[in-house]
Amino acid sequence: MDQLTYWIEQAKPMPGAPGVCQLEVSVETWQQLARDIAADGGRLLALWVDCEPAMTVRVAFLTKSIVLVLALAVAESSAGYPGLADSFPAAARMQRAAADLCGVRADDFDTRPWLRHAAWPTRYFPLAPERQAFEKTEAVSDEYRFVRVTGDGVHEIPVGPVHAGIIEPGHFRFSIVGEKILKLEERLGYVHKGIEQRFTQMQLLVGHRLAARISGDSAVAYSWAYCQALEGMAQVVIPPRAAWLRALALECERIANHLGDLGALGNDAGLSFGLAQFSRLKELWLRAGEAAFAQRYLLDFIVPGGTGMDPSVNGLSGLVTCAGMVGATASEIRTIYDEHAGVRDRFTGAGIVTPELAARLGLTGLAGRASGQSFDLRVDLPCEPYTSLSVTKVWRSNGDVAARVEVRFDELSESLRLVEQIVQQLPDGHHLVDVAAPAAGTMGTGIIEGWRGAVFIALTAAKDGLIGRCHPHDPSWQNWPVLEHAVIGNIVPDFPLINKSFNLSYSGHDL
Amino acid sequence: MWKLLRQTGCVGIVTEPPPGSDEALRIADSLQLQIKSIIGRALCIRQIDAGSCNGCELEIHALNNPVYNIEGLGIKFVASPRHADLLLVTGPVSRSMEVALRRTYEATPDPKLVVAIGDCGCTGGIFGENYASTGRVANVIPVNVAVPGCPPSPSRILAGILTAISSPRAITSVSDN
Ligand code: SF4
Repeated sequence: MDQLTYWIEQAKPMPGAPGVCQLEVSVETWQQLARDIAADGGRLLALWVDCEPAMTVRVAFLTKSIVLVLALAVAESSAGYPGLADSFPAAARMQRAAADLCGVRADDFDTRPWLRHAAWPTRYFPLAPERQAFEKTEAVSDEYRFVRVTGDGVHEIPVGPVHAGIIEPGHFRFSIVGEKILKLEERLGYVHKGIEQRFTQMQLLVGHRLAARISGDSAVAYSWAYCQALEGMAQVVIPPRAAWLRALALECERIANHLGDLGALGNDAGLSFGLAQFSRLKELWLRAGEAAFAQRYLLDFIVPGGTGMDPSVNGLSGLVTCAGMVGATASEIRTIYDEHAGVRDRFTGAGIVTPELAARLGLTGLAGRASGQSFDLRVDLPCEPYTSLSVTKVWRSNGDVAARVEVRFDELSESLRLVEQIVQQLPDGHHLVDVAAPAAGTMGTGIIEGWRGAVFIALTAAKDGLIGRCHPHDPSWQNWPVLEHAVIGNIVPDFPLINKSFNLSYSGHDL
Repeated sequence: MWKLLRQTGCVGIVTEPPPGSDEALRIADSLQLQIKSIIGRALCIRQIDAGSCNGCELEIHALNNPVYNIEGLGIKFVASPRHADLLLVTGPVSRSMEVALRRTYEATPDPKLVVAIGDCGCTGGIFGENYASTGRVANVIPVNVAVPGCPPSPSRILAGILTAISSPRAITSVSDN
C-alpha cells in the first residue's frame, strides 16, 4: 500500500457530499501529502481558513476517486503555515485571500493582498472572531504592485475595472509588444462584498438564499451544494423526487448559460447572427423554465429538505418540447458556425491551453474538459440522481477557443437529453421534507458540478441555529490564473474572445 | 451562407411590444428630464456592475435579444460614460467599486439619469451594508428610478428605463413648444 492510500484510510468521512473524508495532519504530513497527491495526478478543489474554534487551514483535494480534506491547526495567526503553491499553483491566490480575511499567512513568496483592496483597514480581518468594530475609512484607490515587463518597445495597457460592456468588473494589465501579448496580470476582488462574513450572521436554514446569490449564473449549483452540506449535517435524506428536480434545475441552468455563451462567442468572432439566434433560444428556454419553475433564474428553487415548489405536468412537458426545439435549432446553427470561414479562423488556435499545462496548473470544469482534463463530478463522483442518469462525459484536447465552443455544443445536447430523461423518469412523491438545524460544531461539505465546474461549500454550524462558517468556492479560482497563460502570444484584439470562451465568474471569486 | 439566410428567414421577427412606463418605480423626479425630452428619443445607456452577483446583468443582457430588441426602441448600450445619458447600476455597491462608480457618474455629461437595478441596487438586498459593501446605489450617487426584483425581469428593467426618461412634465414641455 502506498503512503497516500494509507493516509486516506485514516481519514474520517464528512457529512454531505458523497466520498468526502477529513484528516487532521501535522505540518510535515501536510506538505508531504500535498506533494504525493500532486505526483499522483490529484487536483486541488479548494483551500480556506477557519478561524473558530481554533485557527485551522483546510485544503480539499480530489484524489483516488474521493475528496480528501486536510486540516492543519495553525498555532497563532502570526505563525503561518507551509504554502502549497509549489505543488498546486492555484493555491497561491486562495492563500492570499485567506490571509486577507483571517490574518493567517502561508510562507509562499507572493504575499501581496488579493481580495483586500484599500477599501478596509489593513488591521481589520473580516472573519477573525475577535475582530475590532469596523470603522468606515475614506474610499481610496489602492496601489497594487503589478509585475512589470521591461524591454525595447514593451508597453502596458491597463483595462478596467469598469469594462466597455455589460460585464462584471475586474482589472487586466497587459504588457505588449506591437499587438502581441507578452504578459497578462489580473487584479480581481472589485466585487468583494463580504459574503463570508455575511454568512456568519445568518441562520443555517436560510443560508441557501445567500448561497444562490454568490454567482447568479450558478444559483442552482451553489444552493444545491449548500443544501447538500446542510442536509448531510442534519442527517436528512431528501425525497427522490426532490433530488431529481434539483438535477433538472441544474441541467436547465447549464443549458441557459451555454446558450448565452455560444451566442456571445459567435458575436465576438464577428458573427452577430449567432448572438441573435442563440439569445432568442435562451429567451425561449428561460420562458419555458419560468412556466415550469415560476422563475426565470432559479435563485429560490432549491431549499433545505428539497425544492421550494413542484413543477406542474404542463410545465414539465413544456420544458421537454422546448428542449426538442432548442436542440434542433442549435444543431442547425452549429453547422453554420462550423462552415463559416471567418468564425473557424477566429476560434481555431486562439487562447490555447495544452493538456500538459492544464494538468500542471489545475484547469478545471468546462475549460478543463476542453484541454483534456476529463473530470466531471456527475460521472466521477455522482450524487443522487446522477448515480442513475449515466451522463456522457464530453471532452476535447485541443485546448483552444474552438475546443471550448465544441465542449459547450456537446454539453448542451447532453443536457437537453438529460432534461427529457429526467422528466420521463421523475419519481412520484413529496418534493420537500422538514430539516432541523444541526448541532453546533457539526461540519459538512457540498460539491456540485455547476456549468463552469465543481462548486464547493464547506459549512459549519454554530449555536442557536446560526451559521458558524460557510466557505463557498468557485471553479473560477483555479481557472483565472490559467487565462493569464492562455493569452500569451495572442493579439490584444483576441482577448475578449478568449476571455469569453472561459467566461469565468468575478462575483463567485471575489465573494 | 444559404443556411444562415434560411435560418434568419425561418425565425422572422420575434420582437414583442415594450411595456409601458410605471410611475410606481419613480423615486425622484428631475428637472433635467425636460432637457432629456429635447434631446429626443435616442437614448445611450452605460451599464455599471458595482458589485452585483451577475444575476441582474443576465437580465440586462436579455434586453438586447431579438425578443426585447431594445435597440429597436432607440436605446443602446454604450462603452463610455462620456457618451451616456443614463447609467444603469446594479449591485450592492462594493467598497472597492465605490470610487469607480463615483468617477463614472462624474464623467457622465449632464443631464444624467440613474436607474438602480435589482433588490441589491434598491436596498443593498441580501448583502446589506458591511465592511466591504456600502449597500444601495443611492448611498453613493443620486438615483432617479429604482427597479426591485431578484433579478427583475427584462420587461421590468425596460419599464424602469422608460419611466426614467418619460416624465409627464417633460412630455408636456414638448407639446408646449
Ligand atoms: S438583485 Fe438579486 S440578481 Fe440582482 S445582484 Fe442582487 S442578488 Fe443578484
